[in-house]
Order: sequence, then structure tokens, then C-alpha cells
Amino acid sequence: MVVKGANVETSDRMLRTLELGFLNEEDAKAFQFTPGQFCELSILGKGEAPFGIASSPTENGSLKFTINKAGVVTTSLHHIEEGTEVGIRGPLGNGYPIDLFQGKNVLVIGGGFAFTTLRSLIAFFLHPTNRNRVKDITVVYGARMPGLLLYKEELAEWEKRNDIKLVVTVDQGDKDWKGKVGLVPNVLEEVAPTSENTFAVICGPPIMIKFTFPKLMALRFPNERIYTSLEKRMKCGIGKCGRCNIGHLYVCKDGPVFSYAQLEKLPKDY
Amino acid sequence: MKLKLDKKDFQPFLQNLMDEYDLFAPIRLADGVFAYKKIDQPEEVDLSASNTQKPAKEVFFPQSETMFRYERAGKEARITSTEGVERKRVILGARPCDIQAVCLIDQVFSGKEYTDVYYANKRDATTVIGMACNHPLSTCFCTSMKGGPFAREGSDLFLIDLGEAYLVELLTEKGTAFSQNEFLKKAGPNDLNLAKEIEEKASKKTDASMPVEGIDKKLDQMVENPFWEKVQEKCLGCRVCTYLCPTCHCFDIVDEALTNKGQRVRNWDSCLSTLYSLETSGHNPRPTNRERSRQRIMHKFNYFPKNFDQIACVGCGRCILYCPAGFDIRQTIKEIQKG
Repeated sequence: MVVKGANVETSDRMLRTLELGFLNEEDAKAFQFTPGQFCELSILGKGEAPFGIASSPTENGSLKFTINKAGVVTTSLHHIEEGTEVGIRGPLGNGYPIDLFQGKNVLVIGGGFAFTTLRSLIAFFLHPTNRNRVKDITVVYGARMPGLLLYKEELAEWEKRNDIKLVVTVDQGDKDWKGKVGLVPNVLEEVAPTSENTFAVICGPPIMIKFTFPKLMALRFPNERIYTSLEKRMKCGIGKCGRCNIGHLYVCKDGPVFSYAQLEKLPKDY
Repeated sequence: MKLKLDKKDFQPFLQNLMDEYDLFAPIRLADGVFAYKKIDQPEEVDLSASNTQKPAKEVFFPQSETMFRYERAGKEARITSTEGVERKRVILGARPCDIQAVCLIDQVFSGKEYTDVYYANKRDATTVIGMACNHPLSTCFCTSMKGGPFAREGSDLFLIDLGEAYLVELLTEKGTAFSQNEFLKKAGPNDLNLAKEIEEKASKKTDASMPVEGIDKKLDQMVENPFWEKVQEKCLGCRVCTYLCPTCHCFDIVDEALTNKGQRVRNWDSCLSTLYSLETSGHNPRPTNRERSRQRIMHKFNYFPKNFDQIACVGCGRCILYCPAGFDIRQTIKEIQKG
């Protein structure tokens, strides 16, 4: 694929969203994916790394990936110039179970830069052709500071809509911040969305997930209706190279999306 | 069909093979160290070792393998594929345990989900000439693991060393292609009787008493158990057991780059390495040797059976033979079963 554009997301400049275009019509048509799936992006000479797809299948013609600058591959992706060719393998993994969500309420809980595939999921359901697939959409999204929130323009647009309830919070505000201040699990408790007929989807740092699960339990969400997307070190992305296993399952091909009911039965290798 | 290959005809037989196939067979690297290599001269082939140090999986899944080469010009890139296999291949002299192991990892690389072309192309192009173990070692426990020193499963042809000659059994379609081979003669009743005698003797030598039945169920209950503390105390984390294991299939992928060209390579990797699961963020889901040595045992005796209905251990004994700390997986199996 070819780099069409890059957008710095956060005030610390560590997160950048790359927009990649297909090199030909055929590839664009053949690439069908579900929100929650990921791709292996590769820079020849540097290596390959997995990234969740941040764009929605409803945004045709290109793919978006939000990349945290952390290692060799991600640093090169941050420095990449427009027009450069990038290798891609995908879509990989299972994605969110959107068919299960049919006719239900969806509660999306996100923290920090793990919001990428959740953004794909929300944008997918907010698209006019898909909005009637699910009932109420509630989003609780938090970051450490206002500057670290992703997709700020889009959040502002969602804020204006009346078919989505959006609660954005930060751990610590600044002088311009007029929104909520508080940790995601606490804000969730405050918002107290109903668990009736509702699926919860969580994605965030492990510490946030750890403290959010008990809050969901308290709201009487059954384990079967809580989904999360996991990250592990990966190489092949297709269940051969071994390293991303949790018990007998591989995050790359059996995940990255798991229900809490599934995770409960597996070793805590994540 | 059972035929016979006189040892005086062995090298001409190999030369004849090499006219049609790329031949892979054990060669002697140093005292007691044998490995599978692509053969250039028939004299290199040495079948005298009980087994090679590195397993036969190497022929299909090399320790280090180029996945593709690339060249960059400005913002564009050109990729050259390296996955094709140009000639038909023969692997000769592989022991039953190693062949059983290749059949196990077939399920990972060319099973139901996502075919690994690098492995599958080599595997499809290869005729397997297995070889019976007349003298199993004290560390061998193949008979406990659904195998045996004379197990033919996975072989297209099977050799039994009769002293002056090899008995050659043609077992599959790929094997019967050799029925008209000029060096293979009809085997007589004496040859067959001798082979039977050797087989009976050898089968008694391997340990068939390992209690592996139901071990996967037992391990289901042992994920969080002080037992793993004991296991890790005996392990230095050197990883030799996983590199030499015929069923270990983990690999790493790295780019080797020069200025404008380079290659992507995959290399054997090991779950016992700290770096194996270390994430870029610094988080390591298997932070100590306890989790890592548990992963090694659980993968073979619990996770693999869950996915493929078979234990991923063939009893070749390499991990026992080469462990610098004297870790004995047979002991571990027994302790798990004792609970």
C-alpha cells in the first residue's frame, strides 16, 4: 500500500494516524474486513509489526492505522514520507462479533491509545447503513490528559449527534478542559449504563481493564457479554510462530477479540 | 513390497538418486555430532549415528530461512520470492521419531488453517526414506509416545540395516516409484526373518512405560500450581531443548538489511527466551522462567493435544541427552501424573 497522509494525534507527538491507499482497484475490492481485525505492516529493512485497523469498513478506498512510536518499525512508520510503499498482510484475526450485537445496546469502553479498533467499531455502527443494526450506543473514553485523546475532531462530531451517548474523561485536566475528570472505571460507575440487552466492549491498558471488569460485574454484565481485544507480541499473525498464545489459543488467529467468559478459562498469560 | 539393497551398491544407489532428486541425509560434522545436509557427494552420507543432533524437521523448516529478498529504489520496492522448490527431494535415513514429529508439525504448517508455503512446498516435494533404529539409546522413549524404533508411519520407503544389506520396504505411492530401481533386488525369506528378529530386539530396548495417558486433562488442573516452581529450578533457560526438539515449531522473523536491498529471514525461536514474549512497551506476559518452562511443557502436553488431538512429544530423548542441567522430561511427566 502507499502512504496517502499522516496526522499527528496527540500533544506528545507519540501517536500518528497513517492513511494508506491501495495500489490497485483489485486489492481495494478484495480487502474486506470487520472492525477489530488487524494487519501486519512492514517496512522493508526494518521489519513487520501488527496494528489494529482504525478505519471502518464503511470508509472505502483506504485504511487507517494509529501508531504509537515505541520501537524500530513504529519509529520508521512515524518518519515515513507521503507516497512511500508499505508492505501489508491482512486482515488478520477475528474482529468484534458484530452479528452478536444485532438488535442490542453496545457499551464501548476505551482507554488511551487502545481506542483505535473501538473507533473502527463506533464509526461502523454510526454509518447510516448500519445504525439500525444496534440500539443505544454508549461510549466511555478516557485518556491521561486532554492532549492525549485520539480523534478529537471526530469526538466533537459524535458529541453533537443524538444517536450516540459519548462520555469523554481525562485523569487530569488542564486549564482549557471543561469535560469530565476521573478514571475510566469510576466514570463508568457514575454513568451506570444498563446491562440489560447490552454488550460491553473494552479496550485499554491492562490496568484499566483490570479495574473495569469488577465495575461491569457490579452492573450485572454476564461474562459472555463482555468482550475485549488483546495485544501480544506477534510475528507471523497466522498461528504458526508460537509466541502470542494464551493457553491453546493464539491471539493472532483465535483473537484478538475474546469474551471474558473465554478468558476466564485460560492461563493469565497476557 | 520388500526389496533389498546390498551395501556395496549403496553409494551407486545414492548417486542414482541424486540424478533425479536433491538428497538430504545425515553427515558427520564432528565426533558424535551428525546433522542433515544437502548431499554433494554420496560418500558424505553417514548413517552410523543413533540419531542426528538437530532433528530432521530442519530439512522442511530450516534453522534459518530466507522468506523473500527485496530491493528498494526511491519510494518503491521490488520483492523476489524464495518460496519455490526447484527439484524433487529425498530425505534419507530419518529416524521414526523424527518422521512422526514432522507429521505432527504438518498440522501446524499445512493443516486446516493458513498453509505455510515455505514448509508445505518442501514437504510436498519430498520423498521420505525412513530408517529403523536397531540400537535405541537409553534416553529413547518413542514406544511410550505412540511411536517405536521400527514405526513406519510417515515414511514412503523404510530401510532396515541387516548388516551386509538394507531391507527396503516400499510403503506409499512415492515409495513404489522405486520398485524398478536397478539397485534394489528381491529380498529373500532369510532377510525378512533377520529383519523381524532385529525389530523384536530393538523394540524391547525403548522405554514403553511412560504414563502419558490423560496427561492433558491432568495439566488442565495444574495451570497455577507450585509444581512449576520445582520445574523451573532445574532449568537454566538455555533453550537447547527447544532448538533440538523435533516438534518445536516457533520462529522469529527479522529483516537483514544492506543499504537498498536485503532479505526477510525466519529463525528458530524458543519460548524459554526472555525476549520471546517481551512486548515493545516493556510488558512481558511471561516474566520469569516459571511461566516460560510451564509454557514449554503445557504446549507439548496440553495445548497441542487440545488443538490437534495428539501430544507434541515423540520421545526422541534429545532434550534429555543435551540438557546441561540434567533436566529429564520423563521425570516431569511422571511427577505430573502423580499429581
